[in-house]
Amino acid sequence: MKTTVAGPMVPTMARVNRVRKETHDTFTLELHPAYGQEIHHFAAGQFNMLYVFGFGEVAISISGDPTNPKPLIHTTRAVGNVTKAMAKLKTGDMIGVRGPFGSAWPVKHAEGDDVVLVAGGIGLAPLRPVIYEILANRRKYGKLILLYGTRTPSDILYRKELESWRSRLDMEVYVTVDRSSVNWQGNVGVVTTLIPKAGFDPQQTTAMICGPEIMMRYVALELQKRGVPMSSVFASMERNMKCGIGLCGHCQMGPTFICKDGPVYPYDKIRELLLKREI
Amino acid sequence: MSASESAAKSKFVLRTNQIQALIDFLRERGYRTAGPTIRDCAVIYDEINNAEQIPLGVADEQEAGFYRVKKRKEAGYFSYVVGAHSWKKFLNPPRFTLWKAKMDNGEMSLVVDEPQAVPHYAFIGVRPCEIAAIAVQDRVYLDGPYVDNLYKERRSAIAIIAVNCAHPGGTCFCVSMDTGPEAKSGFDLALTEIQETNRHLFVATTGSDLGVEIAKALKLEPATPDDIADEAATIKRAAGKMGRKIDTSHINELLQRNEDHPRWNHVGDRCLNCANCTMVCPTCFCMTVEDTTDITGKTAERSRRWDSCFTIEFSHIHGGAVRTSASARYRHWMTHKLASWQDQFGVSGCVGCGRCITWCPVGIDITEEAAAIRASSRGE
Repeated sequence: MKTTVAGPMVPTMARVNRVRKETHDTFTLELHPAYGQEIHHFAAGQFNMLYVFGFGEVAISISGDPTNPKPLIHTTRAVGNVTKAMAKLKTGDMIGVRGPFGSAWPVKHAEGDDVVLVAGGIGLAPLRPVIYEILANRRKYGKLILLYGTRTPSDILYRKELESWRSRLDMEVYVTVDRSSVNWQGNVGVVTTLIPKAGFDPQQTTAMICGPEIMMRYVALELQKRGVPMSSVFASMERNMKCGIGLCGHCQMGPTFICKDGPVYPYDKIRELLLKREI
Repeated sequence: MSASESAAKSKFVLRTNQIQALIDFLRERGYRTAGPTIRDCAVIYDEINNAEQIPLGVADEQEAGFYRVKKRKEAGYFSYVVGAHSWKKFLNPPRFTLWKAKMDNGEMSLVVDEPQAVPHYAFIGVRPCEIAAIAVQDRVYLDGPYVDNLYKERRSAIAIIAVNCAHPGGTCFCVSMDTGPEAKSGFDLALTEIQETNRHLFVATTGSDLGVEIAKALKLEPATPDDIADEAATIKRAAGKMGRKIDTSHINELLQRNEDHPRWNHVGDRCLNCANCTMVCPTCFCMTVEDTTDITGKTAERSRRWDSCFTIEFSHIHGGAVRTSASARYRHWMTHKLASWQDQFGVSGCVGCGRCITWCPVGIDITEEAAAIRASSRGE
């Protein structure tokens, strides 16, 4: 289906229904469409362009439940001009939304497989919709394993939710931190060190990775060592985006446009690109 | 194209004193006429309504980092090639307001302005490489999952009066890119200027219904076999006078497998990252958006404007730019233009117009860079 650009470049107005502070630099916004407008259904892995009045727009992955897309949920790290302004929004404030854009995690394709999700830092946010969707259709999947690494214990996102997932008998959750703190009793080390801890059938596994590029490279390498075929590994990429619809050129990585060919790629497709510097 | 291209390619003669009639006809048909004219010692494209605005008796000299227009007695109406401007400025305005929004007591809403009339242009003097460039941009803006309406509504309203090249410039290489020096399609009317001691006329080829209508309205005489032979000879001579050439065989694979070739550092050391090449390129399409607020802070505006992959901000994400070095930025541009563009849009992003070579302040030459990489390429 073709859409003309006047449409997709114009935001839909939404109202902040709730703001949740997640960690010292991350927050989650719950958005409701304003003025009787609709919020579109999204697939796990897709993103929206969020506009803060006068500041500008940023591409933010959707971190809510695809099977129940209202309200629209975005978890963001305050790192740039727009996201820092976004962090100051309060309940009742308004925001512009364009989307959803981009490719999705292979949630359907993974049916029947063990599913291994590997997240680094804020990379957990784009993977959370996968967890919701699988838990809503739990019987269709083999094991569900989340391997999550952050810098420090205070950077752990969705802490309560992680605890509730870990308490389930049908999901395995492993968390590690790069640097420990006094009260931390868990794993210390990079997220790849969690891979040997998890029990899954490498030949019957779909793996989805989201985090810094260097982390994704090493995770893929480790999964490969475990015998997971690279055709079963998927990764989500990130680049500067201005339009989200393949017209502004900013998000190119080699021959691909991350906004329309990605952000989720079969790992095979981007493996070589990840080895090239400044691509 | 205003109408179907099915119209037979008939050849007529357009006299030099009929250029005004051609302009008048197009204006009466509701087109704004744009064509080459002289400003700031250069041939640029602007609105013209008088045949005298077309630079008769002017030729150009182009080399890497060098551009001059010269008055020449023997020069005709189109004895120069392309300048820094291209038609993309009419089809994709360099800056355009996308929308405005207002904030009133915490309520944000879009401000809907009266829609502006879309200008209908007739481009006079479109070179074959430029027709190819418009076709390349068509693929970018019209063939993807999202259509750029801003471009579409301008593009669908244009008429193209092409001019085949008789005097290629020092940086031209359309023959290598298979885009010229003769326009094969994509025009309403294509002119070839024939100039001899006592004979100065245009052979006009119709390429659409509009072209046929022009021939009828201006009562153009059919071209004689001599005229047609002269046209062919003019184009053949032009094809032999290309200032540059480039070997495009397997260039996609060549560049994508040579991303660590030392030549990228060599060119990165010379490149000023000034973005000239991307601004003058008739196919470069990258844009950015800009947000502004008025002094009260209650009205915000979002515009799009041309952008360049040579700026450091272009690839900025949290943590910094992806392409921090000049060599990486040049590599990105050239690899995209000549190679990965083919993966993305099924066509080369380069049409061989030579603008990037001419307007590079340090004379970096894309044909030379590609040849250097080919000469010491990494193994197959």
